[in-house]
Amino acid sequence: MSTESLRIVWVYPDLLSTYGDRGNALILARRAQLRGMPVEVLEVRSDQRLPATADIYLIGGGEDGPQALGAQRLLADGGLHRAVAQGSVVFGVCAGYQLLGTSFFAKGTRCQGLELLDLSSDRGPTRAVGELAGEVDPRLGIPHLTGFENHGGRTHLGPGVSPLARVTTGVGNDGATEGAWRGKLLGTYSHGPALARNPDLADLLLRWATGIHQLPPLDDTWADRLRSERRAAVAAAARA
Amino acid sequence: MPLRAKVASSVSRTAAALSRAAGRGDGSVIGGWIGLKIDPDLLAHLSAGRAIALVSGTNGKTTTTRLTTAAVGVLGRVASNAFGANMPTGHTSALAKAGSTPYAVLEVDEHYLAQVLEATEPHVVALLNLSRDQLDRAKEVAMMAQLWRAALVRHPDVRVVANADDPMVVWAATPPADPAQGHVPPHVTWFSAGQRWHDDSWVCPECGSTIQRSGGQWWCTGCPLRRPEPQWTVEDDGVLDPTGAWHKIQLQLPGKVNLGNAATALAVAAEFGVRPVDAVSRLGSVTSVAGRYAQVDRDGRNIRLLLAKNPASWLEAFDMADVAPTLLSINARDPDGLDTSWLFDVDFAPLAGRQVLITGDRAYDLAVRLDVNGVPFRHVRTFDEAVRAVPPGRLEVIANYTAFQDIRAELDRVN
Repeated sequence: MSTESLRIVWVYPDLLSTYGDRGNALILARRAQLRGMPVEVLEVRSDQRLPATADIYLIGGGEDGPQALGAQRLLADGGLHRAVAQGSVVFGVCAGYQLLGTSFFAKGTRCQGLELLDLSSDRGPTRAVGELAGEVDPRLGIPHLTGFENHGGRTHLGPGVSPLARVTTGVGNDGATEGAWRGKLLGTYSHGPALARNPDLADLLLRWATGIHQLPPLDDTWADRLRSERRAAVAAAARA
Repeated sequence: MPLRAKVASSVSRTAAALSRAAGRGDGSVIGGWIGLKIDPDLLAHLSAGRAIALVSGTNGKTTTTRLTTAAVGVLGRVASNAFGANMPTGHTSALAKAGSTPYAVLEVDEHYLAQVLEATEPHVVALLNLSRDQLDRAKEVAMMAQLWRAALVRHPDVRVVANADDPMVVWAATPPADPAQGHVPPHVTWFSAGQRWHDDSWVCPECGSTIQRSGGQWWCTGCPLRRPEPQWTVEDDGVLDPTGAWHKIQLQLPGKVNLGNAATALAVAAEFGVRPVDAVSRLGSVTSVAGRYAQVDRDGRNIRLLLAKNPASWLEAFDMADVAPTLLSINARDPDGLDTSWLFDVDFAPLAGRQVLITGDRAYDLAVRLDVNGVPFRHVRTFDEAVRAVPPGRLEVIANYTAFQDIRAELDRVN
């Protein structure tokens, strides 16, 4: 960790917080605190400088206009690039995932992305709305991904990234793969919020940020029930 | 009324009555649907000759419509779609059923405002608020504000009564005047109903700059958009009218938000010439609105039902609810929106210290949310179990749309 406490930055909640994205910051902070780690959560608005020294950066979902504006401001600010160069963790969701790539579509035009992940996004034939589930890359060592997706984009992965998961329900990147990761950067289309429905994914980010490989286990009774209930609902919908 | 419209109107009434008799709801949608099939202009025909107010916004429209109907009732009979059927089929059915009335107050789904403005040519339109609601199918907030704005440009004669506290509403209500096009700015009367929810209006819809807030005021940091001075405001337990006169408001509906709705109703009624002093006593006669705020006694518990559909309305519900045992029920069926992520947009901390019970199809989503919020709770499988779990006295029930209907049905069965 960079300082005495774990520093989590929620990037531009004024622009990119359309689908309960605050939840990802709350979950991460809670899970760190329950392990006795001091935590600081900074909400950095788009008219403020982005500190380059935090441990984890969270970028949420948003409408087309705010997404394009957010990418522009992150490019102009440069703080996120410096943080990544220093080994910080970045977790992007939906619009926040797309803008980590080389380019994305918003309001009908191609916009420049941050080029932190080797991927690009364009418009799909239909909007992907509904439950999203998949089997996660075994190298990440976490159980199946569950979430809710709501996006019109399709994301094409380059050789420089690995898919986060193989899709079993929903669309994700393109109907076959979902999300992407490289090093300590990870993106997903999953709302829910993603870290509420996937506590092991939250712990993966905490392990990356702290370098602690064995985090003490937590009581995840309710999250486990939620995951089972969602898995059963998805299976029931598939049978219907 | 043309013959075709007369026939359509009569068939519409009959179909609604048949639907009610068959126990298939209140018939307000099916009646209107059949009527519109026979005469697509039926809504326009039924509107002709009436002085009409439309009430639209994300939250509070059913209650405000009811309060406005009560206030305008000072002048004569008022037709209204009182049961929340707020699309053109519902309007058609309500007007057909009411027969000839001098006035109508219609709740309008925000997506249909442009269409209903066109069909009904109202005297006044009330714009309450815009916030995120069921994003898996609804339009995003900025897009909705743009649609409203475009609709108002086409109707410069309609009088607008709008919420000065919501930047999205203010922007929508003040389209640019373009003398070359013959556009004049609409006549707007501003009310202040407060806005507890700010998370959909940090970015200026006009220029994209940040919106600042302080002490009830708000202003854009990059362009002239700012909070207009309201003519109608809530002060203590009453409403200040544009002349500076204060009227005590005694409602049977809970919460500050309903005082704001009362101020809106008085402002709309004033556009028809109703004096607030004549209308205030009528506002107090409104008890429950389509089951909302209804109180039911069962097994020594006084159960009160509050509907909360989206983050903004949850915040209002916490304000309305007494400090008492509280049951929260969440579903995610089609009418509710399928995505439960918004639970994390709501801060449940106000419930800490109350006995909290949770139920509904998506109780586990709520459980995870409350857990991270540090609010202790107990999961119950049935409404009966919830009633048995709390001591005699008040039980507040806060539920989203279909969860609310489920509980209403449950209470109706027994009582």
